[in-house]
Order: sequence, then structure tokens, then C-alpha cells
Amino acid sequence: MFRIVDKAQFSDKVYKFVVEAPRVAKARRPGHFVIVRSGITGERIPLTIADADTVSGTITLVIQAVGASTERICALNPGDVFDDLVGPLGRATDIALRGTVVCCGGGVGVAPMLPIAKAMKEAGNKVISVIAARTSDLVILENEVFKCSDELIVMTDDGSYGKKGFVTDGVEAVLLREKVDEVVAIGPAIMMKYVSELTRRYSVPTICSLNTIMVDGTGMCGACRVTVGGKTRFVCVDGPEFDAHQVDFDEMMMRMRAYNNYKP
Amino acid sequence: MNHALTDRNAPWREQLRASMTPKERSAIKRVNMPVLSPTERIKNMAEVNLGLTPAQAVVEASRCLDCAVPGCVEGCPVSIDIPSFIKNIQKGDIRGAATVLGYASALPAVCGRVCPQEKQCESKCIYNKLKKAPVAIGYLERYAADTARDSVEEPCPHTTPRLGIKVAVAGSGPAGLSFAGDMIKQGFDVTVFEALHEIGGVLKYGIPEFRLPSHVVDAEIQKLANMGVHFEKDTIIGKTLSHEDLIAEGYKGLFVASGAGLPRFMGIPGENLNGVLSSNEYLTRINLMGAGKTECMTPVEKGRRVLVVGGGNTAMDSVRTARRMGADDAIIAYRRGREEMPARAEEIHHAEEEGVRFLTLHNPIEYIGDANGHVCAVRLQKMRLGESDSSGRRSPEPIEGEILEMEVDMVIVSVGVSPNPLIPDSIDGLEVTHRGTLAVDENQRTSLPFLYAGGDIVRGGATVILAMGDGRRAAASMALALMAESEP
Repeated sequence: MFRIVDKAQFSDKVYKFVVEAPRVAKARRPGHFVIVRSGITGERIPLTIADADTVSGTITLVIQAVGASTERICALNPGDVFDDLVGPLGRATDIALRGTVVCCGGGVGVAPMLPIAKAMKEAGNKVISVIAARTSDLVILENEVFKCSDELIVMTDDGSYGKKGFVTDGVEAVLLREKVDEVVAIGPAIMMKYVSELTRRYSVPTICSLNTIMVDGTGMCGACRVTVGGKTRFVCVDGPEFDAHQVDFDEMMMRMRAYNNYKP
Repeated sequence: MNHALTDRNAPWREQLRASMTPKERSAIKRVNMPVLSPTERIKNMAEVNLGLTPAQAVVEASRCLDCAVPGCVEGCPVSIDIPSFIKNIQKGDIRGAATVLGYASALPAVCGRVCPQEKQCESKCIYNKLKKAPVAIGYLERYAADTARDSVEEPCPHTTPRLGIKVAVAGSGPAGLSFAGDMIKQGFDVTVFEALHEIGGVLKYGIPEFRLPSHVVDAEIQKLANMGVHFEKDTIIGKTLSHEDLIAEGYKGLFVASGAGLPRFMGIPGENLNGVLSSNEYLTRINLMGAGKTECMTPVEKGRRVLVVGGGNTAMDSVRTARRMGADDAIIAYRRGREEMPARAEEIHHAEEEGVRFLTLHNPIEYIGDANGHVCAVRLQKMRLGESDSSGRRSPEPIEGEILEMEVDMVIVSVGVSPNPLIPDSIDGLEVTHRGTLAVDENQRTSLPFLYAGGDIVRGGATVILAMGDGRRAAASMALALMAESEP
């Protein structure tokens, strides 16, 4: 059992949970994810770890209520438990001194982006963060990202906060003005696709973190398979991060719709 | 060990042997397993084989000649004293029979159901030489294990004094459970770590309810827990806890039994379309996650015409599951012939009874998708059998130009698995083979001290009982090594 010690609401459908999981807190690195399950009839849901505290033995998860299972999870409160939580899963981010790194996050993708930005900063990089949302209410973790960034650019689709425009507009503004050594893009598949197309034009190496459908999360089922550089790869054990310029995003988006019209 | 149960020269056993002539014994016909009717069973997940009645079991047990040098025991990967447990059944001492099984096997109710006895113990039965059907050892094993479990008086398996030496197991499938059972009996403190949220590994996520009910697996696990084995779910060795963490927590040995992880795909066009999935995914969704039950939140597709690619037991499990999930037409496509299918004869027979179609000598070469990216058809290359290959099976070769295109709305790929890379990748210095399996010696020892491995992480995809045999060998070897180490 994994006890929830804190919960905060970021926006209409987005919540932060702090959960007791001392072994995971100790073992996790930026880029890792966990799988959680609530109730014996619940689904196994993959969630990227947004933060961890080895002293209190907790990890932070940011969850968006988008379907029956995530709604059930988001209805939990401090003192409640996740029946199951397993991880850290996936390969950790390759953190190194690259020079200037642009970290861009869209929607809840800002949560998994945060530990990477932090680690990139600690590794000595100049970190420029671009975080984006549809509208001002949906901008999350702004302060936390600000603290670990040399510069923070906030974009909203409707211009209600920060600059008006998409995440790609914010990234391109940086690419136009200075040399960037790496871009890290995390968010909805469509956002990562457009960031990837943009940075390909500028020949800037780009890492994305994929959030495909998974069941076990340990390589066993193959539900998470994607095509990267023409080869089938498993997001859970080969990823979740890949060279964005090699990822077949159209196929990935098609596969993520597999159960959209599902009726039990 | 209770010698009276296993001594072939005990008076009760000599009396039993004298009570009938070999001719009388061999004149008895082999028992048929009672089964649910095919029309009934495809409506639900209920177990197909119903088990022997007490009368059937005693008659079948009396067929056994109680050979002085029993071939059957040699055919058993965990060396169960088969004549002894059978003669205890004939005597009417079912608890005694279960006790004998327990000496060698941690999972007799499982093995009695899923072991390929026809290739192991039963293939070595003396009756084969006499051109008669072998004693139904598997049915009897199941009978003894089930009856002992269901009687309130089941003996608590014996345990020896504790040694105070901790050992860890990565994976709670058949290899890990078998190892755990042998180690706890020898006095070690055993903790089994499992990645998933249920204990049992492939016995839970892989083998369907209609062949191996979960409650049977749970009862075997409970027996191990009663003997003192600790189980920790949601814990991945190499991820949640490193090998170093285990050493720091005082574990003196580790047995890696993490199974065959990655499902293999064929690399043909259209394989990533929606509606094309691995047998692991399909079976895990249904068996482990309960997909298809209204109360369970995990979804699973329900195809009307389902093609299952492959000819092994997992392919049979998948195709028979698809029938039960409502497929009107469930088809096996296999690139070789019926004779070459690796699945157990019983599974093929049951599948056939359930209306499964077999397209042997057919191999998929392309899946075709609809406008939404969902599979809607398959192109199958017709094959013929050529020369024998290294495995002794005749290798299939395509018949040029002979292609069958068929509409399907779901495809389950069941062409084998590759070893799970999680543990090989996370422990430095652990030697792997070119296939990615862990390299071990004849005692299941890896390249690192006190680190042993067995089951599919070593074999790459084999059977429950071979995995259990590995567990036993590893336990015997590690126990000796650790006891030598702890001598003052």
C-alpha cells in the first residue's frame, strides 16, 4: 500500500499527489516513470515521476483526469492509498553538459519536464524553459520551473497569460536568437510532433518522452510499441525517451486512439 | 521425510503389488478425463478438465505396475517419486500422496494441469513399451493435490529449524516458487519479489482460467506463505531494489527467475496497426486485469474474426480465449504443419472441439488497415514443408504466388518471446548469451557469486515444469554454497 500524504489541485482536471514510496524515491532518476493502480478492478496507469524526496521517502506525481481510471485516482485524498505503485520504470534521461538546453513542456507534460530541467541545470547547462498551456488556468509548476531555469518563457494559446502562441512559437524564438545544443520536449503527442518538425529544420538534437498505452510497463506486453528510426521499440523498456526526429508520431497518435471507442 | 510413504518394500506396498497380477492391471483401460462440453465451456472461463472422481483415481492408480526401476521418475524434471504417490492414492491415503508430491514439487496442483506429461513422465511409462496407454500420471497428480487442498486436514508441510540466512528471489513464477519452496524447507529465510501486483507470474498473467484457475495457484502460494516464504509484490529487482540494495539488506543469495519478457513480433508491414497485439498483451489484459468483466476498468478488444499467429500453447490459450470472448471465427495460422505444432496435443484437441479453425502451412506477410488505422485484413503466404532444420522439424518454405487474403478484425501474435532485459541490463558483470538470456552452468550459477538464475530468463521460453526443475537445481546448489560459506 502506498499512502497519499499530500494532494493539491493545479487546475480543473490536474492534481499533484505526494505519495509514500521510499524505495522508488531512492532509486528514481529524471525521466523515470511509475505504474499505479487504484482498487482491485483498476487499470495500471503509467505516470512520470515529477519529483522525489529521499528524506521523506515520497514521490510526486501530477495526474490529469482524462478517463474513468484517472478520474478515480484524482478523487483520492491524503490518507488514502494506491493499492499498487511500481517503479522506477524506463530508462533515465541522459543528463550531461551540452551547453544550452531548451526544455519545453505542454500541459501536464511540464511535470515530467521539471526533474529533467533541474538535472540539466545541475549538470551545468544553460536551461531555457518554455512551458505552454491552452489558457492561463492550465499553466502548472511555473515557480518550480522558474527556479531551475536561466530563462522561463510561458506561452498560452489564447494569450491569457505569458506570450500568445503555441509552444513551438516560444521554442522558435529561442532558436532564432541563439545557438541551442539540445531540446527536450514533453507533452501531448501532437505537440512533440510539431516541436520535432521545428527543431529538425534547425538541426537541433531533440529528445521527447512518450506516454503511450501500457499494461505491465516492464516489457512484457508490447502495447506501448512505437516505430523509431524504422524499428519497433517498446516505450516502457527502450524509452520513454527517444530521439524525437526518429519517432513516427502519426503512428503513435493512431495507436493511442486504440480504445477511444471502447465499450465494455 | 516420512519413509513409510515412499518405501517400496513397506508391507502395505508389497500387499498392494500382490493384490493384482500385472496382467490384470494392464488390462484396465486408461481413464478419460471428464470435461465440460464444448458448447458449455465456450460461454465462460470455467475450467475445462473437471478432475477425476475418487473411484476413477483409485482404478487408474491400480494400473501402475509399481516398477522396481521406474522410468517415469526419470522423465520428471523435478524427480517426483511417482510410483509412491500413485500407490498412496491406490491405498486411499490421499494426504500421503500429496505429501510425497510436496517433497519434490511446490506446485503439484499446477503441474497436474499444465505439464506436458505426454512428453515427460508418461512418455517413459513402461506401458508405452507394451503398446498400451501410459498411466495417467498427470491426472492422478492433480487429483491428489486438489483433494488434499480441499480437505480441511491438509498436512502443514514440514519445515526445518531456521538458519538465519536470507535469500532473495526475483520473480514469483514457477521457477521462483519452486526455488522458494526448496529453500524454506532447508531453513533459509526466503523473500520473493514480484514486479506485478499479483504473485504467480505466468501462472497468473499467462495461463487462462479455463486451463489453470487462479484459486489453484493462490492455494499453492498460500501453502508457501504458511511455510514462511515472504512475498513482496510491486517490486522489481534491478529497478526498485538493486542487487547492491539486496546485499546491503543482508541477502546472501539471489535467484533470478524473471521470466521471458518481451513478446516477439515478425516485423511485417501493418504489425503496429490497432487490433494487432501480442498474446502476452491479450492474455494479461484478460487473465491479470480482468478485462471483459463489467466491473474491471482495463479494456480489451473483442474481435469477431480473430487470427492467432503461432502453434504453441500460448497460441492455443489465446485462440481459445478469443472464442470465449465472443469471436465467431477464431483461427490459428501456423507456418508449419499440424504435426510440427509445439502445443500440447490436449490443447489442440480442446481448441478443435471449441470450433477453432486451423490454417496450417500459412504465414502472415502483411496486415491491412482501415481508414482509422485498425486491422481489417491479413495476407497469408501459403507454405510447404522442405528439409529438416536444426531443430529436427521440417522447415517451411513459401509457395511462390500462393497468397490468401482474408478479412480479420483482430490479430494476436504468438510467435515466442525474448528474455526480459531489465535484470541483465541492471546488474554489472552479469554474463548474457547472444540471445540475451542469462548464462548459467549446470547448477544454475551465473557469472556472479551467489547469483543464480533459472526458468525462461535462462531458457528463453520453455515450460512451467522445466522452470521448476531449474528452481530445484538452483536451490540445491545455492543451499550447499551458502551453508559452506556460513561454516565457522
